[in-house]
Amino acid sequence: MPAISMKVNGEAVCGDVEGRTLMVEFIREKLGLTGTHVGCDTSQCGACVVLVNGKAVKACTALAIAHDGAEVTTVEGLAKDGKMHPMQEAFRDNHGLQCGFCTPGMVIASIDMVNRLGKDLSEDTIRHELEGNICRCTGYHNIVAAVKAGAANM
Amino acid sequence: MDNGTGIGARVKRKEDHRFLTGKGNYTDDINLPKQTYAYFVRSPHAHATINKIDTSKAKKMPGVVGIFTGDDVAATKLGGLICGWMIHSKDGSPMKAGPHPILALGKVRYVGDHVAVVIAETRDLAKAAAAAVDVDYGVLPHVVDVADAMGHKAQIHEVAPDNRVFNWSIGDEAATDAAFKKAAHITKIDLVNNRLIPNAMEPRAAIGYYDTGAEHYTLYTTSQNPHVARLVISAFHGLAPEHKLRVIAPDVGGGFGSKIFIYAEEVVCAWASKFVGGRPVKWTAERTESFLADAHGRDHVTHAEMATDASGKIIGFKVHTKAAMGAYLSTFSSCVPTYLYATLLSGQYNIPAIYAEVDALYTNTAPVDAYRGAGRPEATYVVERIVETAARELKMNPAEFRRKNFITQFPHQTPVIMCYDAGDYAAALDKALEIADVKGFPARKKASAAKGNFRGLGYSAYIEACGIAPSAAVGSLGAGVGLWESAEVRVNPVGTVEILTGSHSHGQGHETTFAQLVSDRLGVDINNVAIVHGDTDKVQFGMGTYGSRSGAVGMTAISKALDKVEAKAKRIAAAVMESSVDDIEFKNGTFTVKGTDKKMAFGEVALSAYVAHKFNSAEIEPGLKESAFHDPSNFVFPAGVHIAEIEIDGETGVTTVANYTAVDDFGNVINPMIVEGQVHGGITQGIGQALIEGCVYDKESGQLVTGSYMDYQMPRAADVPSYKLGFTCTPCPSNPLGMKGCGEAGAIGSPPAIMNAVTDALGVKDVPMPATPHVVWQQLQHLKKAAE
Amino acid sequence: MENFNYHRPASVDDAVKAAKAKPDAKYMSGGMTLIPTMKQGLASPSDIIDLGALKNAGVSLGSSLVIKAGTTHAEVAASADVKKAIPALAGLAANIGDPHVRHKGTIGGSIANNDPAADYPAACVGLGATIHTNARKIAADDFFTGMFSTALEDGEVVTAVEFPLPKKAGYAKFPNPASRYAMIGVFVADTAGGVRASVTGAGSGVFRAKDVEAALGNGFASASLNGVKVSAKDISSDLHASAEYRAHLITVMAKRAVDAAK
Repeated sequence: MPAISMKVNGEAVCGDVEGRTLMVEFIREKLGLTGTHVGCDTSQCGACVVLVNGKAVKACTALAIAHDGAEVTTVEGLAKDGKMHPMQEAFRDNHGLQCGFCTPGMVIASIDMVNRLGKDLSEDTIRHELEGNICRCTGYHNIVAAVKAGAANM
Repeated sequence: MDNGTGIGARVKRKEDHRFLTGKGNYTDDINLPKQTYAYFVRSPHAHATINKIDTSKAKKMPGVVGIFTGDDVAATKLGGLICGWMIHSKDGSPMKAGPHPILALGKVRYVGDHVAVVIAETRDLAKAAAAAVDVDYGVLPHVVDVADAMGHKAQIHEVAPDNRVFNWSIGDEAATDAAFKKAAHITKIDLVNNRLIPNAMEPRAAIGYYDTGAEHYTLYTTSQNPHVARLVISAFHGLAPEHKLRVIAPDVGGGFGSKIFIYAEEVVCAWASKFVGGRPVKWTAERTESFLADAHGRDHVTHAEMATDASGKIIGFKVHTKAAMGAYLSTFSSCVPTYLYATLLSGQYNIPAIYAEVDALYTNTAPVDAYRGAGRPEATYVVERIVETAARELKMNPAEFRRKNFITQFPHQTPVIMCYDAGDYAAALDKALEIADVKGFPARKKASAAKGNFRGLGYSAYIEACGIAPSAAVGSLGAGVGLWESAEVRVNPVGTVEILTGSHSHGQGHETTFAQLVSDRLGVDINNVAIVHGDTDKVQFGMGTYGSRSGAVGMTAISKALDKVEAKAKRIAAAVMESSVDDIEFKNGTFTVKGTDKKMAFGEVALSAYVAHKFNSAEIEPGLKESAFHDPSNFVFPAGVHIAEIEIDGETGVTTVANYTAVDDFGNVINPMIVEGQVHGGITQGIGQALIEGCVYDKESGQLVTGSYMDYQMPRAADVPSYKLGFTCTPCPSNPLGMKGCGEAGAIGSPPAIMNAVTDALGVKDVPMPATPHVVWQQLQHLKKAAE
Repeated sequence: MENFNYHRPASVDDAVKAAKAKPDAKYMSGGMTLIPTMKQGLASPSDIIDLGALKNAGVSLGSSLVIKAGTTHAEVAASADVKKAIPALAGLAANIGDPHVRHKGTIGGSIANNDPAADYPAACVGLGATIHTNARKIAADDFFTGMFSTALEDGEVVTAVEFPLPKKAGYAKFPNPASRYAMIGVFVADTAGGVRASVTGAGSGVFRAKDVEAALGNGFASASLNGVKVSAKDISSDLHASAEYRAHLITVMAKRAVDAAK
């Protein structure tokens, strides 16, 4: 099996993978970072979204081997010095999560949204940009509020 | 207490930090040493005999540890899956429950039915070997639509030659017929309550582990009620006695009912571990499997008639429903279209005579069981659609027609078992009318029309019954379990508190709301309270979380245990402060002696309880730990009024929810933030049912057409608006906290509100759910043709 | 999914060489379609030739707009040149899939895959683009040959797409409610060579809507499409939309595309 190396949440990591090993499998099973979730098998739910070289991608639809050398940020890597990222804080403050399963992907996608579009986001923009993230619990109402608040604080 | 974390405070959730930092602990996050992976061979046919299963090729595949079929299961005498609620037909005969083997024996009855399991070193290897298991099927005729099931040539179970599980009735048929004879007007409607697939975002998963030394099983599972799972797996499947089986449901990523049930896959993981040398066996559903094999929801076909008198008062209501059970009776399936459904057919209305009959039918589909609301959304859909239709036919304002028929005196005994204890339906209606700006609707409708669009307004005045109870009553109706809840309050010597509860949070925020109750009662900082749940080794017993029962039932059990803690702490405080227990007062976490300046903080009393230096331990036992079981005296009855305003694109048929108002009466609320979140989520699932989601099986092939997110539409952020919520409060008299339930209300109230709005917009009697753009466009075409 | 040999060539020549060496090899660009397809067991190539190392991405604007095959949807959507030259194309790219898909999916991958509900094929045909490969240039009208099939020969790889600059162009998509692929997408362009209108999502692959083109030939305005009724013959029908509904949506989306055209 080929060996790959990456920088995940600022730490150099390496591991052996098969060609078919998905990024999410590498992250969850090889690195033990189980905050990144798998909610579907057709690349739609977004529970697996991580930042790869600064951009949100679906880790269930990426081959680990194709990302040899990449810089990856998972939900575990967002808090700094024990303090949550403003987007994480905003999700808590606005009750933007219930069961927590879609949450890591939702938070990463929201940070990516702000990175791309800036801090001033309309409700329509937020809803449209969350196209790739499905939540079954919250009805999105509080997620939208959280993203708006989190964006302003980023 | 007024510290900002007590009852009624919008406390931020304690559990969120771990979820937000990726430290949740879901079943699939757990990995055990020497773990193996299970993959299930599933039926590709809707209905077939199994002539032969050849595993010889698969057994030789790399990494295969074991392959098991129904014969292997049968050889160990592991019992089949059960349905825990006995329903009797109107003729007195018991329901016809066909066998439901853990792995198929001789026959498969739906696409996705569990045929065999392959256990291998990795998931990929198990999957590859499963593909090599050669099953020789003899295809049989099938039926997937409940409307066609009765007497269909596809006979699904021998015990039910006509596919009918039961023919059940409720209410007084003669009185109802008599009322209809006196009717000035009779409104009739035919409705389909579309089948839904629950789709909790965390797929089901399990790890079964047999300790060969201790001869003890552990099962990690995505369950809403781990104790019930242990009970059933022990008592009915006979895997192991309860003290030899530990069931752990760690963080669970949503349930919505689908994780109440005892499924084959989880049982197999535990069972099979013993036969692979005690190696742990892990299974995580692929989403495709969730679609195929999680219990589905709804799937009713109903004809209803409502009789009104000349003044517009409802005088009688008749309902006939065909309810799909799927291919097997799932754990609680039989109570859903009966006692959770027809007992709510009185809605919020004073209806003197009601009669309902339900035919439960087998179909060659995934089993149907409780899904958010479970029976109550189906009842509300029938009631609120026909009430709206009656109002239109009588040319009455639908809000005022409802108001005219509202129950206003409590308690109110309906003709269908339920005795409503408290409510103020008109107050909710008034508030909803205001929030929704119904007065401004005509102008908005005009503006829509000017753009070629159709705007509609729809009401839904729902009532639901939750916290199913009391146990003796549900037992007399056929339930196999009691529906109480247990709690244990453990006060530690330093005054921190652990609450062990039989409720199970899978998104509801119990770690916060339950701690708020404790903080409120004991004056303990919310951060000094821990909630322990989901582990049968830690919590003695419990019934779990479903049916919006954790507040009204689960928290009441905690409250009762807190009463005992407080009583004992007072005795200890009295002894330590050398006063009479009658003179001890407890407020804001401090015990005081009436009329003196003597006082002890709660933590001091706790320490005294454990050091036991200052009281006679012959009179007072050391320690401070109490437990309670609470069996409610009645259901609780949340109710409310929802108003939906929708706009239909005249060109494309796309329906947009322009405004959505929900006014709910949940009695006293512990944490408004969490309650609002429950309502938001429920409404979205209801909008999903009304406009978006529909499970489709192909009539010809019996295949599940909507088997992935490519074809089963999930509500996404852009599909729904932000909601306008309001609350009224009539405290529930049957529990000390005055709480009702809020978990399902949104999903119960919203489908009829939306569909009443859609039919209002189009000026038609019915549009089938889900009213997708395609469906609505077809309606527009009919209207166009009719106009031509 | 089944395992495969993974290759990551550094040049187009090496990629082609690798592909030609293995009869069951497949190119992978962003992998946004290929990986899900493989996960479902619908494709099991022996070898994956990842084009990611070619670094063949970027946009250049001259007398035409050239987008290199490895340019992601996000890059196309954000490109100042694309926004300036053909805003409709930038808008189209900005609404493919979702943000995460757009970070990985590429124009070359999309058109080589030719999903019958993909967006880019509509733009290519609607604008009369030319597909550049390692071996030749192919007119879009000749490139898309049917459901998931193209004029690409074995081992041939798309290197760029060249779009002539239209006077005006617009795209409107009615997404499939579940998958969010185009249930109907219509691209309209007023070009030097006349009006072009292409449709995706309606059948076995992208096609030109002659009725729409003819009507718009009388004036590039949505009013020109009043009364245009697209035949439902040969239009696909499924769970989400009947052929009649799709046919109806072609006209509606064409109008909206014209109204949005810049």
